[in-house]
Amino acid sequence: MTANSQELSAVQQAGQALDATDRQIIVATQAGLPLVAEPFAELAQQLGLQTNEVLQRVAAMQARGIIRRIAAVPNHYALGYTANGMSVWNVTDDHTSELGRQVGALDFVSHCYQRPRHLPLWPYNLFAMVHGRSQQDVEEKISSIATLLGGHCRGHEVLYSKRILKKTGLRIKG
Amino acid sequence: MDSIDASIVNCLQEGLPVCPRPFDDVAATLGLSVDELLSRVQRLLDDSVLTRFGPMYNAESMGGALSLCAMQVPADRYEEVAGQVNAYPEVAHNYERDHLLNMWFVIATERPEQAAAIIAEIEQASGCRVYDMPKQEEFYIGLKLAV
Repeated sequence: MTANSQELSAVQQAGQALDATDRQIIVATQAGLPLVAEPFAELAQQLGLQTNEVLQRVAAMQARGIIRRIAAVPNHYALGYTANGMSVWNVTDDHTSELGRQVGALDFVSHCYQRPRHLPLWPYNLFAMVHGRSQQDVEEKISSIATLLGGHCRGHEVLYSKRILKKTGLRIKG
Repeated sequence: MDSIDASIVNCLQEGLPVCPRPFDDVAATLGLSVDELLSRVQRLLDDSVLTRFGPMYNAESMGGALSLCAMQVPADRYEEVAGQVNAYPEVAHNYERDHLLNMWFVIATERPEQAAAIIAEIEQASGCRVYDMPKQEEFYIGLKLAV
């Protein structure tokens, strides 16, 4: 668990329903959940709370979307997914929502967003992350996105990652 | 990494239940004891096969903001600027990419107005323009990496 003691100031006005106890739970778990059979009991003990209260608060935060899920985040590279392409597409505005949903539904797309263009340098408004075991694998997947978008797409590029400069995930101050 | 480890990586991307013993069902599915499952998860973390395990928090649901930012950084100043950007705890991740815009990072802040202040500071320190690309619509977010 990485120390957050230096960052122990506050999550001020962080949403309507996050109280001090929720924030304590977030700070204690943002680097990870204790790897024990009863992690919420362990957490309760660390924070001086009842296990039931921790469970209820974690469940409530998940219901509100503050916690997406309690899960493992894999290292793409270590799993052999060495080709990670950020594909970016210039899609006609009228069709972006509908086509974005279709691209996001493809099983090899891990994230899909509409973002603003920065003309003239950056004409792309639809982003889809594609992970593959080789550049060729990614290229084949990109081709199927291009087919799906058809004439509503005016151009695209694929930006491969060369190096992870930082990957810590979200950190809030406690 | 053996086939059991691969199954663990696949199962644990799905999300655990919020209950007193959340590892029991996954362990039973994989035919492992909870202790064996946990020691394998710890080893996968130690070996950096997993970058983390725990609740995945969503900055926006906490009232904050997430933005993707891109910069065009000169090659001879790349490491220096990477250090300037990475020094912010609000920078959740940062990737070098093969493009004219060669540095791409995500800023996660608890209040939306903090992101603009950090972007302004990075522009001043680095002398490079930051292209801010906050998401306008999210179509899917999830990880489905099969091992």
